[in-house]
Amino acid sequence: MTTKLFGEPIVRREDARLIVGKGRYLDDIGHGALGVAFVRSPHANARILDIDVAAAAEVDGVHAIYTYEDLDGPMAQPLPVLIPHPALVAPRTGYALARESVSHVGEPIVMVVAQDRYVAEDAAERILVEYEFRTPVVGVEAAERADFAVHEDIPDNVAARLVQEFGDVDSALRDAPHTVSFTQTIERSASMPLEGKGVHARWDPVDESLRVYSSTQTSTSVRAAIATKLELSVDRVEVIAPDVGGGFGVKIVHPWPEELLVPWAAIRLGREVKWAEDRREHFVSSAHERGQLQRITAGYDDDGRLLALNAHILHDHGAYTPYGIVVPIITSTQLLGPYRLANYRCQVDSLYTNTVIVTPYRGAGRPQGCFAMERTMDRIADELGLDRAKVREINLIRADEFPWDHHLMFQDGRPLIYDSGDYPSMLDKLRELVGWEGFEARRSAAAAEGRLLGIGMALYVEGTGVGPYEGGHVQVLPSGKVLVSTGLTSQGQGHETAFAQIVATELGVPIENIEVHTGDTRRFAYAVGTFASRAAVMSGNAVALAARAVRAKALRIAAEVLEVDAADLDIVDGVVSVRGDPQAVLPLSSVAVLSNPLRYAFDEASKAATQFARFASDEHPPVAEDDEPGLEGRDYYSPVRSTFASGAHAVIVEVDPGTCAVRIDKYAVVHDCGRLINPRIVEGQIHGGVAQGVGGALYEVMAYDDMGQLQNASFMDFLMPYVSEVPQGIDIGHQETPSPLNPLGIKGAGEAGVIPGSAAIAAALEDALGIRITAMPLGPSQIYDLIRAARDGTAPRTSNHGRRDHEENR
Amino acid sequence: MAGEEQFTVSLSVNGTTTPITVPARRLLSDALRHDLELTGTHVGCEHGVCGACTVLLDGAPVRSCLMFAIQAEGHDVTTVEGLAGADGQLHPVQEAFRDCHGLQCGFCTPGFLTTIAAALDDVAPGDSISDDEAREIVGGNLCRCTGYQNIVKAVGRAQMIRSQRAGLSADEDTIGDSE
Repeated sequence: MTTKLFGEPIVRREDARLIVGKGRYLDDIGHGALGVAFVRSPHANARILDIDVAAAAEVDGVHAIYTYEDLDGPMAQPLPVLIPHPALVAPRTGYALARESVSHVGEPIVMVVAQDRYVAEDAAERILVEYEFRTPVVGVEAAERADFAVHEDIPDNVAARLVQEFGDVDSALRDAPHTVSFTQTIERSASMPLEGKGVHARWDPVDESLRVYSSTQTSTSVRAAIATKLELSVDRVEVIAPDVGGGFGVKIVHPWPEELLVPWAAIRLGREVKWAEDRREHFVSSAHERGQLQRITAGYDDDGRLLALNAHILHDHGAYTPYGIVVPIITSTQLLGPYRLANYRCQVDSLYTNTVIVTPYRGAGRPQGCFAMERTMDRIADELGLDRAKVREINLIRADEFPWDHHLMFQDGRPLIYDSGDYPSMLDKLRELVGWEGFEARRSAAAAEGRLLGIGMALYVEGTGVGPYEGGHVQVLPSGKVLVSTGLTSQGQGHETAFAQIVATELGVPIENIEVHTGDTRRFAYAVGTFASRAAVMSGNAVALAARAVRAKALRIAAEVLEVDAADLDIVDGVVSVRGDPQAVLPLSSVAVLSNPLRYAFDEASKAATQFARFASDEHPPVAEDDEPGLEGRDYYSPVRSTFASGAHAVIVEVDPGTCAVRIDKYAVVHDCGRLINPRIVEGQIHGGVAQGVGGALYEVMAYDDMGQLQNASFMDFLMPYVSEVPQGIDIGHQETPSPLNPLGIKGAGEAGVIPGSAAIAAALEDALGIRITAMPLGPSQIYDLIRAARDGTAPRTSNHGRRDHEENR
Repeated sequence: MAGEEQFTVSLSVNGTTTPITVPARRLLSDALRHDLELTGTHVGCEHGVCGACTVLLDGAPVRSCLMFAIQAEGHDVTTVEGLAGADGQLHPVQEAFRDCHGLQCGFCTPGFLTTIAAALDDVAPGDSISDDEAREIVGGNLCRCTGYQNIVKAVGRAQMIRSQRAGLSADEDTIGDSE
């Protein structure tokens, strides 16, 4: 088997256990653990007047019932504001269990621990909470009006006011030959992994240590949070992310109340305790994202050149800000996309509402930024009667203009500088892939049959691989097995395969010998987490660097044994050999034995490394001053700034004029994430992202009523795409512009597929209907209403309808 | 409130019959996962929509979160753990999911595997399955990771593996290339 595996579309190694039912997810652990249920607020905004647990305490099998009154020390303090920012002027977080008031339906108030979840729910139903109801604030427009406040001491409902600015927008808009202003909205959606959150904790009273399993995207940081909140020394706490059934962002938030309460209860009760979230809990107590209202003014010239852009965005932040203003920062920086722009101003007002918290969901503010910029491009093209692709083309940053500095600060606190890319070539590939030029003929043919077709496109740039760092550890055991570990977690991205491919390639060992571990603080204690399309970039490079250190050490030891220059050695298939001398070989397993001078022999292999057997110099100690025993290496990758991937999607939709149903006729993706570690895995990421993009564009809403009740908190009513809703085939074109910022030249790929979905599909629907689209998602009912409104003259038609793109090509 | 009445149920799962003592309301999914510790069956919604908990009841796919354990008495239950042969040979659909990258996080996967395995039983080896038929087969299961593209491919691939194992298809080159 070849060891040059980097870039090969090999099948995944984790699948062997997952396809036979041998995965180990959170709720697969601890069958004897006590079960937990929570009493959660049924009101969106209320004061808690009284809690009566007496009837619940009498339920057979109940072990404990906790309210805020039971919490003490740091546990009684508010949950942390994880990412403070100067613009976050009025941060607010809840408590592990609500204290005095609740700010959204689903907020935990009482924790019940019982023999199992069934009994815990029985008891929770018997708990009486008395509330004083307050008028809830639902939706950003209500939040902006501020007739009512989410938090009494924040009367304007403004959590943060973030301004990103360069150039002189006001003058540029004044001087621009044309300007256009419009307002548009994008709805809430959510990560919605098939596995909800969950926590299992076990306290070992003899060892005085705590082991916590959490379905999290960051085990190291959950560990730190638990140690802090429970006042334990961090070395007494282990946190392990087992197999995680999808994350998509929601599991990067931490510590969730349950991540603190479950271990806290486990210590108090001296019992294993487990909480596995059910689907309704996930809808009303985990995080949502996306909801924004965007007021946009653009100035442009006769050719469609964007001269200035002013965006005022109202961002729905939900009830609390535990994850800071990461989403607003990303929207306001990534809005710029692949375009050159001299004058830009973006103000994001991050507003409190009495709804579930808003934190990153795959894309994390980028879909909204892309929606703002790409719909602006479409609008300019429409106003001028120009081809939408040509308007984009004239605004693109050229391939010879990298690095491109936007003179803004990105989400990692580092400069927003695009490292590499080739956007014009990407656009060309996209036009070819989707058949942009030939589309008018298709449209006409379809129209002759009474079918409505439309085409749209959207481009994006995605900052990936944000720091500050990740680390990797590679160890060759005397058996020849290679252990690889990194601290960040996995939720289906195929890290066990991709990182093994990197190590196999760097070290020169068969992939079968490699075992990869992630998200386990026992194996690697320093890490940040899996989010922001960062795992491949950060841990990929870290394990590569660690493998290079191991390789160097192996060559040094082998050079001594074989009495040759290390420069003449190579490692192939786990064997060190002298170039040009097939007889002079030394397996890495033997190098591993020799790397650790032994006093005692316990098997045949170890005899070779004992004091009386090992070659040794009388002049030097067995372990040199700057060396250490073992064939292992540890290294960290810490980038100066993010690396920027890019992509372009185009979609052809068909709208049934009778039912207003939307069918995706063609979906094309051109994608550039630098060098690919495993193209099969990258394509899988794109497929999944596109499906989520389609969901967000056509189906998924969080249907809050005016009282802050989520009306569709089940899979019956929240319309996540089934196979029948996704495109029947996604055409993917890869482009590789390596990143100059990291040793492997890679960029992140995890979130990309979802980013341009709403923008591209809105453009295609607008093109099909000839009616301006200013709100997404659009289901058949909304399309029906739009068509009627356009007939009544209350919904504006596109000015270019009937003139169309590509006119010159016909 | 006193404890619940318990019932002893003989569950026949993957060819092995095991008595368990559970209250009447114990879901089949929970009994499989927590009483028999067959945790391959996953619970994604507990209201019968996502299909992650799908098991085979006398060979037909059912949502184990919508059944009580006591209702399964007298029936043969097959879970994902029971799909592979006694000799450890993977079921064609398991092999196909791996070959086609039909899974990412793997949480919904057992429900897809059991559902597809049951559907394949209705197709004669040697016959092929079109992409439309494949979409019909998996149309009731939710996946949030894969966008279903490779799951659809895996259905066709699974049928091809079945046919090959039955000696009815020799064209190895076409496998996994249903596009």
